[in-house]
Amino acid sequence: MANKFFVAASPHVHSPQSTQSLMRDVLLALLPALAVSTVVYGIDVLRVTAIAVVSCVLIEYLIQRFLIGGASTIQNLSAVLTGVLLAFNLPSDIPWWIIVIGSVVAIGVAKMTFGGLGHNPFNPALVGRVFLLIAYPVQMTSFPQPSMGNYVDAFAGATPLAALKARAVELGDVNLLHMFTGAMPGSMGEIAALALLAGGIYMLWRRVITWHIPVAVLGSMAVFAFIVAAFTGGGELLYAMPAFHLLAGGAMLGAIFMATDYVTSPMTPKGMIIYGVGIGVITMIIRLWGAYPEGMSFAILLMNSVTPLINKYVKPRRFGLTSNKK
Amino acid sequence: MKTFPIGGVHPSDNKKWSNTKAIEVLELPDVVNIPLGQHIGAPATAKVAKGDKVLTGQLIAEATGFMSANIHSPISGTVTAVDMQVNGQGLRQMMITIKREGDEWMPEIDRSAEIKRECDLDSAAIIAKIKDAGIVGMGGATFPTHVKLSIPNGCKAEYLIINGVECEPYLTSDHRTMLERGKELLVGVEILKKALGVEKAVIGVENNKPDAIANLNKIIKEEKFVVSVAPLKVQYPQGGEKQLIAAITGREVPPPPALPIHVGAVVCNASTAVAVYEAVQKNKPLIERVVTITGKELKEPRNLLTRMGTPISKLIEMAGGLPEGDVKVVNGGPMMGRPMVNIDSPVTKGCSGVTIYSGKEAQRVNVESCIKCAKCVSACPMGLEPYLIIRLTQKHMWEELEAEYITNCIECGCCQYSCPAGLSLLDYVRLGKQTVMGIIRARAAADAAKK
Repeated sequence: MANKFFVAASPHVHSPQSTQSLMRDVLLALLPALAVSTVVYGIDVLRVTAIAVVSCVLIEYLIQRFLIGGASTIQNLSAVLTGVLLAFNLPSDIPWWIIVIGSVVAIGVAKMTFGGLGHNPFNPALVGRVFLLIAYPVQMTSFPQPSMGNYVDAFAGATPLAALKARAVELGDVNLLHMFTGAMPGSMGEIAALALLAGGIYMLWRRVITWHIPVAVLGSMAVFAFIVAAFTGGGELLYAMPAFHLLAGGAMLGAIFMATDYVTSPMTPKGMIIYGVGIGVITMIIRLWGAYPEGMSFAILLMNSVTPLINKYVKPRRFGLTSNKK
Repeated sequence: MKTFPIGGVHPSDNKKWSNTKAIEVLELPDVVNIPLGQHIGAPATAKVAKGDKVLTGQLIAEATGFMSANIHSPISGTVTAVDMQVNGQGLRQMMITIKREGDEWMPEIDRSAEIKRECDLDSAAIIAKIKDAGIVGMGGATFPTHVKLSIPNGCKAEYLIINGVECEPYLTSDHRTMLERGKELLVGVEILKKALGVEKAVIGVENNKPDAIANLNKIIKEEKFVVSVAPLKVQYPQGGEKQLIAAITGREVPPPPALPIHVGAVVCNASTAVAVYEAVQKNKPLIERVVTITGKELKEPRNLLTRMGTPISKLIEMAGGLPEGDVKVVNGGPMMGRPMVNIDSPVTKGCSGVTIYSGKEAQRVNVESCIKCAKCVSACPMGLEPYLIIRLTQKHMWEELEAEYITNCIECGCCQYSCPAGLSLLDYVRLGKQTVMGIIRARAAADAAKK
């Protein structure tokens, strides 16, 4: 017999999921949001996304090649994903060089410095975004007007959160349906709650993510908003305020795509819920009482820093150690 | 649908290759090799020497102490050697070699086709017969059945659970046994109930075998057996002993050294129940078993009633030979089976199937870095954190590993199966577990020495 025998210990079969297939699924899940954004803001959206993706991949390739050495890691698509997520956190009319700087910070500083995929303590795309927000506040917070309608009739101005914070609009005037479908100014990828939810459902179906983090983030934001509304007047606010906060700013993008980043989120279901509630509460505190109108990025980065601690102290339910039915 | 409480994975079951193939009797081998250690516990002690004539079913090696099992000759003929031989894993092991001459059985073995239901033996006599027949768990763990049936002081058996789950992908030997030998199985269950003195008996069957479930239910109804069949969700490792007990009784066996009996359960494999029937009612020792030979690329996957000691290469030949190119031959299923280097090694009591993989499936996937996706944590049916265990193992942090309950690992392979980065999780978990168990044993020995 001319057969050669492979010998390796069990298991001898492997699930079809790989790092690359997971990243590809997340990218597919982002497509609806990209499409809506392109309709709302035009072809500029594709330009910004392309620049972010190309620069992120190129930087990872160059660092791996010349600084770290070893096999290239770009084929696992994680740099592509970071590029898309970074782009989704930018206005569509941002100059190209700011995108490149953001990519250098995201991949070069936040990811490769720590050893590449799997080793970074903070979400790379968010580090890139927060760096740009602090370094280029003007470019990062002026958004073009959406091409189709707006969240307040005949209103041309800032994002819902910024307008509310500046008391330029009243919560009662806001068209929540417009906010749900993407007719509001904001970062490219955050405006269309509907499309982001569709992506989230796709990822749940493909078992890329579990429900724990998105539900904990959005649920705690809604509960927080409800309680605040109850203390400040009640009435219509009781449902309008939670709905507004779930649809405004980066709530959906953050809860579904940024907070669920594998590397920087906890490992156990219980840990994920603690982490998600932390993000929701910090976001609401910043939104309501902080200096910035939006706090999702800061909240996720803050909770990223707590993740190792959560992993250390929050353990899974152990088989055979819980009370037994007799 | 009942299932176990945490974790689990859903590998494609690949039962279709062999689940419609009726059990066929494999022609008798000319030479058999019988390992003395083919069960958990001490290897048996050889009772024959070179040149001895033996009959089919004759005792050729005797249990060495309580935690061991008798071994009988699967054919009649002449002992040609009692010597070290290479086993399937490439390790040298003591084996008895017998050259076949005809097939003459021990006279006390009842070879008639008649099914005998009445059994007037008491518990001790039944257990003694099971011990004499050398019966061990045939699902793969090969735990001596008489040891399992001897309830330790202070414990009480409440449930007899028959494991007809067969959650390993590909394997169909228990499935075919439940379909074709249902009545013998149920008489075996009656006998086991009597041996244990229990009222409640449940046969757990994964729901991908509706024909087996229907067949058992039909016989139970027609012949008034007092046993129930529990259809279980198709989810690996549903047939893990602890998982099965939890699925059926809701009780969880605590970490070692606790045993299933500490929650009042005794689990026996479906094929073992048939072997018990044959031993007690027909005086037939455990000398043959159904072995599934299967694989996607095999020409003729089969379920073969095979005498122990038959070379596995003979089964492969019956299935149309190995596929072209590089292959992996596994003794057992794809999740827990052992890879083979020597396909001329013998079928033993725990060999429920031989699965063959070729091409890309024969190889492991590429290894990348851990992305902390937590899939291993959610897949682990014991609630462990494989990603953490391998890091602690790599750093030799044995005390921390013990605190992480590494000894509770059942080595089911769910973690490594689900890892998108293709990490060799189970390799490291096994290394860590063996080391920690060694440390625990050494500590116990040191404590005993102090006293």
